[in-house]
Amino acid sequence: MPIVFAAAANHAPGITGRRDNAFPEQREVFFAAYAELRARLERARLDALIVVTAEHWTNFFLSNMPAFCVGLGESHVGPVEDEPFLKIPQARVPGAPVLARSVVDALGEAFDVAFSEELKLDHGAMVPLHLLVPSMAMPVVPIIINCLAQPMPRLGRCWQLGQALRAACATRPERIGLVCAGGLSHWPATPRSGKLNVEWDRAIVDALLAHDRQRLCAISDEEIVRDAGPGGHEIRAWAVLAGATDGEDGEVLCFEPIPAYAVTGAVVDMHVGGAGAVAAPADRLRDGSLPT
Amino acid sequence: MSLYQVQKLMFGLNNEPDLREHFAREPAAVLDRYGLQGEERAALETADVATLYRMGVHPLLLAPYAGRCGLAWPQYLATLAAVEAD
Repeated sequence: MPIVFAAAANHAPGITGRRDNAFPEQREVFFAAYAELRARLERARLDALIVVTAEHWTNFFLSNMPAFCVGLGESHVGPVEDEPFLKIPQARVPGAPVLARSVVDALGEAFDVAFSEELKLDHGAMVPLHLLVPSMAMPVVPIIINCLAQPMPRLGRCWQLGQALRAACATRPERIGLVCAGGLSHWPATPRSGKLNVEWDRAIVDALLAHDRQRLCAISDEEIVRDAGPGGHEIRAWAVLAGATDGEDGEVLCFEPIPAYAVTGAVVDMHVGGAGAVAAPADRLRDGSLPT
Repeated sequence: MSLYQVQKLMFGLNNEPDLREHFAREPAAVLDRYGLQGEERAALETADVATLYRMGVHPLLLAPYAGRCGLAWPQYLATLAAVEAD
């Protein structure tokens, strides 16, 4: 069936690790938006969640850097970061290997993605999961994008991956959600950490909502580095979402520049699924296992 | 100069507890194993973050290394800022 839940958000470690450093009014708006997104995710009664995020030298080095890697594992351990830093306890997040293999296979029409049975999760997936599925009981298929080392996949390619993902999920019986986490402008671990380019961030969110493929995919890597810093490369996750939800309406639940988290706290829900989001089949497995 | 080997060691230290333990115990042996010599070896041995940043080490590899060497976050950022101001 079609993807029944789709959203974009940030994954900056400060969101959980330095939660209290933000001004209370900003914190309130941002976490309320994430809570609303969580409520919507729960209403969508998902069987599995695909989490698209960026590589951060957690799984891959320059010895072998895939453009896109899908996690096929029975489970995924994360976060790799210390608990005092990220303030998220380490967990073993269930995988969805049957779904993941099927997605890789279906993507094969257009994409030769890498796959791994041993993907580890870092803040890129764990921050959104902590806020959306704190029980960590949801089967997750992680998809990691190279947003670190040139050459990186083009934004247009990420858009196409989103389109291919949408088609791949549509052939599956599960109720699938998609969360794309990364960006927006940020300069992690540099003297400009905490700087934001709010105008640029707004333009990216607008391009996502408008599914403005031309505008989003025309942004060069040189422009990203100049305007949005090295962390800006992570808008590749947003491009995947834009492709996966092309033609669907979206809603900005939060757009709040939060220097204390070193990002604009952006939470965007795409209105996919329609009536299907509430009319789940009665025989759907609810114990965490997946229909085969 | 082997930026690749420097970064490879940092990646390993982040992701392999055994390597971390070995490096803490016998840093010279680990640096040998990674073929690190000269300026880059000295920079790693002395936690010379400025030199490592100047060499082009990726900040997401450099920051955890600096932290592991005991450099506090504000000092890390100030060191990078001084390099950029040069």
